[in-house]
Amino acid sequence: MPSLLELRDCTMQFGGLTALSNLSLQIGPNELVGLIGPNGAGKTTVFNIITGIYEPTSGAIDLAGKSIIGRKASAIAARGIARTFQNIRLFSSLTVYDNVRAAFTMRLKHGITHALWRGKPFRKEEAEINDQVYDILKIFRLENLRKTFCKSLSYGDQRRLEIVRALATQPKLLLLDEPAAGMNPREKEQLMELIQFVKEKFTIAVLLVEHDMRVVMGICGRVAVLDYGVKIAEGTPAEVQKNPKVIEAYLGEEPAKT
Amino acid sequence: MNQLTQQLINGLSLGSIYALIALGYTMVYGVLRFINFAHGDVFMVGAYAGFYAARWMTGKFHTEPSILFAVTVLTISMVVCAILGIVIERLAYAPLRNQPRLTVLITAIGVSLFLEYGGQQLFGAGPDNFPQLLPNYAVLNTAAFTITTNQLIVLSVTVALLIGLTFVVLKTKIGTAMRALSFNPTAASLMGINNNVVISFTFGLGSALAAAAGILWAVNYPSINPLMGLLPGVKAFVAAVLGGIGNIPGAALGGLILGVTETLVVGYSDKLHIPPSYRDAVAFVVLIAILLFKPSGLLGKAGSEKV
Amino acid sequence: MKGGSQKTYLAIAVAISFAISYWVPMDQYVREIVLTIGINIILAVSLNLVNGYTGQFSLGHAGFMAIGAYFSAAITTFWAPRWFPSVDLGSGVAATSIFFGALLAGALLAAVAGLIIGIPSLRLRGDYLAIATLGFGEIIRVIIQNTDAIGGSRGFTVTNGYTNFFWTYGFACLTVYVVANLVNSAYGRGFLAVRDDEVAAEAVGVNTTKYKVIAFVLAAFFAGIAGGLYSHFKQYLHPDGFSFLKSIEIVVMVILGGMGSTAGVIAAAIFLSLLPEILRFIPQFYEKAFGIPLPQLLDELLKNRMLIYSILLIALMLTRPQGIFGGLRRPAFLTSKKNKPAHAIPS
Repeated sequence: MPSLLELRDCTMQFGGLTALSNLSLQIGPNELVGLIGPNGAGKTTVFNIITGIYEPTSGAIDLAGKSIIGRKASAIAARGIARTFQNIRLFSSLTVYDNVRAAFTMRLKHGITHALWRGKPFRKEEAEINDQVYDILKIFRLENLRKTFCKSLSYGDQRRLEIVRALATQPKLLLLDEPAAGMNPREKEQLMELIQFVKEKFTIAVLLVEHDMRVVMGICGRVAVLDYGVKIAEGTPAEVQKNPKVIEAYLGEEPAKT
Repeated sequence: MNQLTQQLINGLSLGSIYALIALGYTMVYGVLRFINFAHGDVFMVGAYAGFYAARWMTGKFHTEPSILFAVTVLTISMVVCAILGIVIERLAYAPLRNQPRLTVLITAIGVSLFLEYGGQQLFGAGPDNFPQLLPNYAVLNTAAFTITTNQLIVLSVTVALLIGLTFVVLKTKIGTAMRALSFNPTAASLMGINNNVVISFTFGLGSALAAAAGILWAVNYPSINPLMGLLPGVKAFVAAVLGGIGNIPGAALGGLILGVTETLVVGYSDKLHIPPSYRDAVAFVVLIAILLFKPSGLLGKAGSEKV
Repeated sequence: MKGGSQKTYLAIAVAISFAISYWVPMDQYVREIVLTIGINIILAVSLNLVNGYTGQFSLGHAGFMAIGAYFSAAITTFWAPRWFPSVDLGSGVAATSIFFGALLAGALLAAVAGLIIGIPSLRLRGDYLAIATLGFGEIIRVIIQNTDAIGGSRGFTVTNGYTNFFWTYGFACLTVYVVANLVNSAYGRGFLAVRDDEVAAEAVGVNTTKYKVIAFVLAAFFAGIAGGLYSHFKQYLHPDGFSFLKSIEIVVMVILGGMGSTAGVIAAAIFLSLLPEILRFIPQFYEKAFGIPLPQLLDELLKNRMLIYSILLIALMLTRPQGIFGGLRRPAFLTSKKNKPAHAIPS
């Protein structure tokens, strides 16, 4: 199966610090891939180079065969890569409804002049967007909160909203950055169901960064392990769990046998 | 060539004054990450403090221009402004310590306007004539250039203050505390540093230097008025940015470079085909150039937001 | 409000302005105040698009106003008489067309300046953007000061005082219409997204640079209109009137009204335009109410408009930084934790 996203030999250096070293990774069109590793391993950096926040010092990144290196983050989003953030980044002065609506700006057929003239085509598009926003909120049972300011939402609802907003951009690939952080076990169960539901219903690929092994091992088809910016293992969850290099990275070396 | 040396001397003199003001901007920015818009007006208050102190002393003790007289006036001015700086910080900035930066920036603009127009209310719109503190004569008069005592005073006072500042920042406890705060305030306070005291000290120190700059300026350009801090203030800010805001040697370097550049542009205005009335624009052009090409300044380090 | 009906309201508002302008008599004093308010509304509402809705702190708005003022004045005072020597430029259709053309030309030039200044500056954040825009505003002022053809520091006297209630309030309504409609649309959510979180905005496909530049250029255009109206109202221009102090006056209107509230900003513009009159009125009121004149010190203080401004500003920031009307739709970037300094000092 041709891959949707392919990273080839990506290296990311910040001055003297090498955050990523010769990273290669492939994600197929409907795969759920996990990315794990100790803190500081470079996982969020991987997200940042994929989404265009940083440009890799060297290497290639292709989306559906076309290079996305050097493109603006908003252009990459327009090509179908969406993400959530480790520390939830919602539009804090906006309502739930508007947070999602903001994701529709890039698909507008009737932009600035129409917003001013307010003719029929504009009003028709606004109504369509209104319906689409309502529909997607309904899928995630947030439609009754749509007029609430997102600041007033519970933590779990805020995380859900961030995912909904990302999905509203109609992506082909969704990057989730530690979505289970701060959740209790029951919430994590619901999150796992949510992610799998999203993957199936929207037919997208998901790249998941998570610290909670139960979440990762529970839903991911494939897992890649990063340590100090280097991919040290890749395979099914079962394979990776047994890999001695992975164990060493997380737990340190085996104590010397006396 | 002859003109060049003279221009350089004049430029260094002007640049020293910019440097002294710039140091205040940069120290406050280093410790608080905040641009104190009102700093240029502290410079003005320094000049007026010296003005009234000198007038009072002359009236009471019939003092003549002398070194003792000059040093006394300078000291009084520096103390007054140090206190002013600390008071402003405590009343207007400290309550906003953890508010978004925009809020305290706007407050600083308010304080600046308050000092300017309050100054107009208190001192009158001016201009006032700053009395002579020391006799001024040419110390070195060659065909190529002239150095006056006023210029020597500016240079020597600036050098003395810079040495003093370096000593304080590098060798004293509170100087080290300032540097610690500029790196990581949380860690600094965990190490037992009283952040409030250090911040007040920083404001006091920066304001005292601005006062000195005010006196030195008034010695060279005796016409003072309550709005005199506007242009030198902005230019000194540009100098701080030029050197790398938050970087103390950078501020000094930036001040000197800006002073020399401005003087040269004006001095060679006919050859450059730029009218001398564009002198004030020099600082703004430098500012734009720095912000666009190297925002971290000559000696500064680029900072970035962690995503 | 339905889309079609908004255009109708605009048309009605403009028609009413026309009617008031030509049929309601206004004495000189009232007219002065009313026109000043109108011009300030245009300035404040346009700046609010940049500072309030898009979250970019611009301190150079007076520069764009200056460009509009001087360019339109140059057209009507110098060039129009030269190009149309036989036409009566005092009044009539020709005069109206020339004025309208001059206003547009001034605004367009200001918009171009907005583009030139905006594209490089909008890479900068927060305080740095503020300083850069301040710098640009001052550069514009210094250039005007050194251009003898338009009077420089001697000032520029404008021949024809074309500005009237219709022009001023017609354009004020248009400015409000444009800004409000732009922001209250799916497209307009982009501006707010840029304000709240640029990184997140980019992540959902909002081209932050494009939005910032559009806001900046549009605001500059309307500032240029305000400038043109101003120059044909006061009929005398001096570069000192367009310094960064003028930019601050406009910024104060936006902050007082609550960044991100067009209605609030309009109210603030009205209040601050009336403030000098209110301050002037207080001593008279005091004397009438208490029989004795106001203490001289207070009387003098009240005359010092900028001093009152500064106290107002400081008090506002210390007590209610989101402005009078900002609380209703609290713009988070003034109160949210995310925009708190990364270099936070533990209290």
